[in-house]
Amino acid sequence: MSPAFVTGIVVFVLAGFVGFEVISKVPPTLHTPLMSGANAISGITIVGALTAAGFSEGAAATSLAFFAVVTATINVVGGFLVTDRMLEMFKKKPERRNV
Amino acid sequence: MSEITLLYLLAAVLFIVGLKQLSTPRTARRGNAIAGAGMLLAMVVTLVDQDVTGWGTIIAGLVVGTAIGAVLALRVQMTAMPQLVAAFNGFGGAASTLVGLYEIINTDGVFTIETGVVVALTLLVGTVTFSGSFVAYAKLQGLIGGSPISFPGAQTLNAVLAVGIVGLGIWGVAADAVPAYWLVVAVAFALGILGVTPIGGADMPVVISLLNSLSGVAAAMAGFVIQNSALIIGGALVGAAGLILTMQMSDAMNRSLANVLFSGFGTEGAGPVSTGDKPVKAATPDDVAIALAYAEHVVVVPGYGMAVAQAQHAVRDLALALEARGVDVTYAIHPVAGRMPGHMNVLLAEADVPYDQLLDLDQSNPRMSQTDVALVIGANDVVNPSARDDPASPIYGMPILEVDKARTVIVVKRSLSPGFAGIDNPLFYLDNTMMFFADGKAAMEQALKALADV
Repeated sequence: MSPAFVTGIVVFVLAGFVGFEVISKVPPTLHTPLMSGANAISGITIVGALTAAGFSEGAAATSLAFFAVVTATINVVGGFLVTDRMLEMFKKKPERRNV
Repeated sequence: MSEITLLYLLAAVLFIVGLKQLSTPRTARRGNAIAGAGMLLAMVVTLVDQDVTGWGTIIAGLVVGTAIGAVLALRVQMTAMPQLVAAFNGFGGAASTLVGLYEIINTDGVFTIETGVVVALTLLVGTVTFSGSFVAYAKLQGLIGGSPISFPGAQTLNAVLAVGIVGLGIWGVAADAVPAYWLVVAVAFALGILGVTPIGGADMPVVISLLNSLSGVAAAMAGFVIQNSALIIGGALVGAAGLILTMQMSDAMNRSLANVLFSGFGTEGAGPVSTGDKPVKAATPDDVAIALAYAEHVVVVPGYGMAVAQAQHAVRDLALALEARGVDVTYAIHPVAGRMPGHMNVLLAEADVPYDQLLDLDQSNPRMSQTDVALVIGANDVVNPSARDDPASPIYGMPILEVDKARTVIVVKRSLSPGFAGIDNPLFYLDNTMMFFADGKAAMEQALKALADV
């Protein structure tokens, strides 16, 4: 295995553990926004899609690259927007009125 | 070159900080924005770093994707959130697969062994995420039935397909065979469909979290293919996050992940349930209003039925009217109530219910014995006492909200039909239970109206 590949595995494993540590105590109220926010982050594959689209030659490669950019962008833009929309609704209880 | 790597690292750090802040209500919105900034940074770095030639393709793709994503995100009803999350997962999986396929076309399938393996894994995980997510989408959107669909030999077929994929992967890597990689995509596509189809609607919280995790894994694999650490880190984070949620959801049903995925729960076992012969107390709106009006502590227990009836605003209106009378109202949320993790919380947040009024299992069960009225709306299996009392019950051992300990239980339900698991619910026949047979939203409105006259 090439050294770069081994480094990749090291990074992958460590990042996985970071993920576990960062997320293990999320309150249930935030489960959906966390999931959709995380989903938007998985759209990072857009980096690969942009690179592909930037260098593609030939109809087959260009269409694959185009659809890669489209799907990844839907994932990224839609994911972050809808998460923001949800979180905007989450409110703490206002100061209690005297009943 | 090395500076560019550092910028990708910065993007990854923003993802981690963003996720960290997403896990606290106070900072969650900022966290999402920080993660978004990380994404923007990664995209800009990618475009600036390389001598990109295909600007036309890039801009066209970004414009089309942004338009579709923004419309979906801004127009979705909160009740339709589970299927939208499923769809976004699917698009993410598709993107990773397409990146993998592009690499194959670009190189004619000639890879080093390790790259060939990660290309095959990208195609496999990305495609399973894609087709599985869209089956989940179709189920949640009601395009196909939500109940488990299975046929004899389904699991054998899945096993054969899985082994086939391994074989195809070896063929592709060993012989630099382009067709083998394409066949991996085709078989993985079938596997995603066959894998999700047999899973029932109530197990969707597990399935959606798992697909979420897989979309991350697919991105990480694509990161190995294009040797980019931002993809590897971002993908691994999402993979871990999804896995944690998946395990929490399985635990909340007291079932293993394998049991959820492979058992086709509800298709066998339980048998026909006779519900007609036991007496239940049917309540009128006036009965309900009186019980609620003279209560000190009321706990609302929502379930998927509340989402179907779009009753969250009506629930909130009733709760406000009760609070105005000095009644203390809280909400008890079971982790797997609804169709995705946190589904009920999102709906109630939309209806302006403050999140600190929403209690989880551990917070709400100790309070049940001091509760005057438990108002169950559209929930069934998660309040079924046989999960606690009847070792013969298929859901025995699943943690429940113990509403039967409340002084009075009001169950809002359209009919006596059993829940998704096809299991009768002894709660309905208890002496302290009143059945309010109505659509969830209509029931809340009728009760609110009756309350005015109490």
